[in-house]
Parts: sequence; C-alpha cells; structure tokens
Amino acid sequence: MSTTSTTLMLVAVFGASTVEMVEALTIVVAAGVTRGWRSALEGAAAAVLVLALVVGVVGVPLIRYVPLSALRIVVGALLLVLGMSWLRKAILRASGHKELHDEEAIFSEETTGLRQNHPAPARRRDGVGFTVAFKGVLLEGVEVVLIVISLGASDHRLGPAAAAAGAAAVVVAGVGALVTRQLSEVPENTIKMVVGVALTSFGLFWVGEGAGVHWPGSDLAIPVFIGVFSMTSLVAVSWLRRLPGAETTGTEESPRSSGAVAPDDGAPNVVEREGDPVVES
Amino acid sequence: MSVILRAAGAFGRFWWDFLIGDTPEMFVATLIIVAAAFTLRSVRPAAVIVLPILVVATLVASSYRGRRRPG
Repeated sequence: MSTTSTTLMLVAVFGASTVEMVEALTIVVAAGVTRGWRSALEGAAAAVLVLALVVGVVGVPLIRYVPLSALRIVVGALLLVLGMSWLRKAILRASGHKELHDEEAIFSEETTGLRQNHPAPARRRDGVGFTVAFKGVLLEGVEVVLIVISLGASDHRLGPAAAAAGAAAVVVAGVGALVTRQLSEVPENTIKMVVGVALTSFGLFWVGEGAGVHWPGSDLAIPVFIGVFSMTSLVAVSWLRRLPGAETTGTEESPRSSGAVAPDDGAPNVVEREGDPVVES
Repeated sequence: MSVILRAAGAFGRFWWDFLIGDTPEMFVATLIIVAAAFTLRSVRPAAVIVLPILVVATLVASSYRGRRRPG
C-alpha cells in the first residue's frame, strides 16, 4: 500500500474518531457536571480500556489467521455500509432534510435527565455518573473500533490506525477540556461527510481487490473514488436542497443559532434503547 | 444462561442496527456490489465503471428516499 493511501487511511480513522469522540465527550461532560468528574472520568477511561482490548483481541487474530482476500471482502462490505450510511446522513443534514447534530441540545437533555436522578454522593464514587460515561464512550467508540479494525486489518497497519484513533481521542479530550460546552462549534457534519466519502472509497476499493478486480493505478484508484463520491455528494446536496420539504438552512451552523426547526423524518437523533438515552451518530 | 442469552441478543441487535437499521437499501446494495465485483472481476473495464456507478446510484436513491416530505 502506498504512502498516499496509508495517509488517507489514517486521516479517515482520525476524522471518524473525532466525530464519535465529540459525541462521547458530550455525554462525559454532562455526567461530570451533574454527577461529579471523578466518576465520569473513571467511566470514560474504563470504556477506552475495553475498546482498546477489543481492538487487540479481535484485530490481531484477524490479521494473522484470516486470508487477506476474504478479509478485504468482509471489511470492504462493512466499510461500504458504514461509509454510505454516514454519507447519506451528512447529505440529508447539509441539504436541510435532516436535523443537524446539536451537541448543546444533547448536553441539555443529558444533564436534565441526570439531575432528575438521585443526588450524587459528595466525595465518593457515583455509580450513575460512572455508568453513563462508560456507556456513552463505549457505544460511541464501537464504530471507531470497527473502523480501526477494518482499515487497519485490511492494510496490515492496525498499530498506526489505532494510534490515529488514540490521537483523535486525545485531541478531542484536550479541546473539550478547554471549551467544555462549546462542542456545537465543531463542524461535525462536514467532518462526517469527508469521512463518509473516505470510508465509502476504501470500502469499494477493498471489495474490488478482494474479489479480484484490479483497479487501474492500484492504490491511486482511492483518490479517484474520493473525487467521484465528493462530487456526487455535493451535487446530491444541491439537488435535494431544491426539493420541497428542505429547510432553508443547510449549513454547518449550530441548529439553535441558525433557527433550524426539528424535523420529523422518522430518524430521531436521540433514541431510547433499554431505557438509556443513546446519541445516534 | 440468561446472561449469555441477553448478551447474544444485544450482540445481534447491534449488528442488525449497524447493517440494516432504518436503511436496509444500503445493506442490499452492498450485497449487490459485492456480487457484481465477483461477476465482473474478469471484465476489468466493466467492473471499473459499473461498481462506482452502483455506489453513486445507491447514495442518490437512498438520500432521495430519506428526504423530508412536505405536509
């Protein structure tokens, strides 16, 4: 694999991890503010450990024991499903057909829910804060783990892929510590669209390679796919914006500041699973 | 035993949500793309054109399906 495609792979992992970590950080900050920072940070750290363990336990045997062509087909298919789904969501949000992800609204909802719970103990560990932070980081991190394992294993670069995800976690945590609640300023939908294009491009490339299709220019096909799918996304956004039902604001502004109205397209951003609020990415 | 069953159920639900969820057309299209890749692997020029077109068609069709309808 060339330096270009390895760099693209690392950028894709970093971007995907950034998006998911911003969402996880919202939940951790909400737990920290309402239930105490010690328990929230311990819960987040425990979840990161579990995720790292999953990467090691699942990723390393995949590289060692699964034939590369089979691995590339499965991984490519997974990346296609994930990448196209992210891209679809980003297109719908950018064209005003789906509500932009509003971290402030999610933060507000999380803190309200947590405050309604029993008060947190003053100095001791708080089980509610720990659990909420643990679950938030674990659920948001699962997609990151899938992306790290998929891209890292198919390219035999699990270490650099995991390092890129770790770097994203450190950057997001650092920025989060500085801005705390200004997470709505992160241009999440733009990052999501870029990462969606990259994941879809890698997915198609690996599916083809695994099936025995030799792309012209080998790895150089990936930047070509990125160009084609980027153009497709931009054209789709422009087209969908003109269709009836589109909100006029399809930009990356905070939905609250832009005045966007919450839509009802059957795909809510915050869903309930087993009684716990789960932020849909 | 119930713990194992619950874990298996959660594992199955995760993969169902991840692969199918509210966009089953993505999963079906991916299966078609994989099948097309195997079918066209010996006809490289066709594969190089058809596979990206399938992805583009899926994206456009699925985004159109997910648009907000007025009223």
